[in-house]
Amino acid sequence: MANNSITDIFAQTQDTRLATPGMNRATIFFLVIIILGLGTGVSTFILGHENTYNYTRDVPWGLLISTYAFWAITSTGLCIYAAISHLFGGTRMAIVSNRMVWMSIICILGAFATIGVEIASPHRMLIYNILSPNPTSNIWWMGTLYGMAVGCMIIEFFGIVTGLARIAVILGTIGAVAEVLANSCLGGVFATLPARPYWYGGQLPIYFLTAAFLSGAAATVLFNYLAYAIRGDKMSDSVKNGVKSAGKAMTLVLVLYSVATFWRLIMYFVGGSELGRIAADALISGPLSINFWVLEVCIGIALPLLLIILSRLQNVGLMAFAGFLILVGQFVARYDLVAGGLLVPGTLGWDNAPTYFDYVPSAFEFAVVFGSIGVVSFGFLMGERVFGKVFDQKEHH
Amino acid sequence: MNVKDLEKEQNEGIDTLPSDERRNFMKMGLAVTGVFLGGTVLSLTSVKTAKGGNTDSVIPVEGQYPYTKHYGMVMKQNNCIDCEKCLVACRETNHVPIGHGAWRTDIQERLTTVDGVEKREFRPILCNHCNRPPCVRVCPTKATYKDPETGIVVMDYKKCIGCKTCMAACPYNARYFSHDKYAIDKCNFCLDTRLAAGEKETACAAACPADVRIFGDIKDTSTEIYKLLHEPDNKIWVLRPECGALPNVFYMNA
Repeated sequence: MANNSITDIFAQTQDTRLATPGMNRATIFFLVIIILGLGTGVSTFILGHENTYNYTRDVPWGLLISTYAFWAITSTGLCIYAAISHLFGGTRMAIVSNRMVWMSIICILGAFATIGVEIASPHRMLIYNILSPNPTSNIWWMGTLYGMAVGCMIIEFFGIVTGLARIAVILGTIGAVAEVLANSCLGGVFATLPARPYWYGGQLPIYFLTAAFLSGAAATVLFNYLAYAIRGDKMSDSVKNGVKSAGKAMTLVLVLYSVATFWRLIMYFVGGSELGRIAADALISGPLSINFWVLEVCIGIALPLLLIILSRLQNVGLMAFAGFLILVGQFVARYDLVAGGLLVPGTLGWDNAPTYFDYVPSAFEFAVVFGSIGVVSFGFLMGERVFGKVFDQKEHH
Repeated sequence: MNVKDLEKEQNEGIDTLPSDERRNFMKMGLAVTGVFLGGTVLSLTSVKTAKGGNTDSVIPVEGQYPYTKHYGMVMKQNNCIDCEKCLVACRETNHVPIGHGAWRTDIQERLTTVDGVEKREFRPILCNHCNRPPCVRVCPTKATYKDPETGIVVMDYKKCIGCKTCMAACPYNARYFSHDKYAIDKCNFCLDTRLAAGEKETACAAACPADVRIFGDIKDTSTEIYKLLHEPDNKIWVLRPECGALPNVFYMNA
């Protein structure tokens, strides 16, 4: 198959069942969302970031960084599960692993789209990341490793599509290792800043990896459910078993993540830095408390757990809804983590500084977030349409 | 002269020693016994390889200056009257734009109550030009770095991608996004605008009428900053020592 022309390859990979007017409308809808959302993001380069994003000297990061982190973390999770399935085989999730590789690529593209309009001069990044690299910088490593990971995964996916299994496994493994290291460096970006006690500490990179396992499993359940829902098709038993396995992983990691969240917050109240405690207070009873209690805890942890129990890990529809809620909770959790670290003034007590700085994301920031959701949704639909047969694995080899 | 010859010499006593010599001897003794700094000192971090700081003090240790010159500033904090001449001088000299939180130096204030009387306290702040600068470590493109000649933390604007990680990393809120340069900007101790032209002081220090800001080369024993830092009676502190950045802006009360 490898020598066939691209048209021939697509002819064998595409799922013509999805060539319906409804699917076309949905695809165009998300394309419009991308154009509007990311177009708004690109317009900030003309209008000036300082005039469009609500970042300030005091709160230099916000919704876009957290959205970037959310997509990047989800991508890592998807990639890890896919690599484990491809590399070791034997797991029930292997049957849906090709879809996970594709969605991992799509999620990281959603992350890149967000960060691409967040940083002020991305063109300088392309030049000086190569010409003037700083090996002590977590950001440099993170960007380089994510770039490497996406490159590997694209070749891996090419291998999957063209039947070059050896290339797929090797590149998939390298890509997954790069994703894990990149995720670790993303955690390190925050964890190595003593100026921000809410972030500082060795636990955070592990926390990010836990979040990756959680988001990745939730995304696996959700995207597979949606893939069959848009076709009006029933899952085969082996696919259902694969999704159920992902559901089990999602449940297990949700418990681990909850434990990590609990202790992470408790630590701030038993001593340590005052700034860290005030930041944690922002989540417990301060400006981020609704986010935390309602969206992170109730919607993102408690309700999914309840749904999973109700589903008895059998009802894929309920588990997919739980997965969706987990992803909502994770999205808000990333925001609360970024905002929590920055809302507390480092010079508390001087200048009549408020206990918390004000930061509300601007319409431009929300537009970019919708744009990134558009990227992932569009990518999902295009994947199902163009590579549907590749995702419809009969058995793992 | 060997020891046996020395033994034959008559002790000249201390009466004839000049006071400078006695003082130097005392200083040497104090330095050796580790209490050279005398006054209260704040603990930094116990990193043995730290340049320009040690485990007991916020003040750079002689012989551990990694730069040709080692510029720093002492703030005589209680001298500050918030006239803001320093802020104006800085903005004019360094063409700091107005708005969007752009400033290279600022004066903070707070109200304290002493014996039932309300008192206003002022504290000038600027980039601390740390010996272990978090901003420099996190920059992905080395757009910000320690100038090897002076130890000043400077910017190479063309390399700045505007990721703002340095802003998040700085314990001193010393950085801002310059919409003029479309890059992060910060205080550079007037390196390009005054020091390069042979001036000995920064614009803010030169403009201060209250003798608050003492700028100079910490390495040069003849400078006022050196003397202030090494006067045993002076109580010296730095801001946010817990961050372990080893700042080169020091605070004391006159």
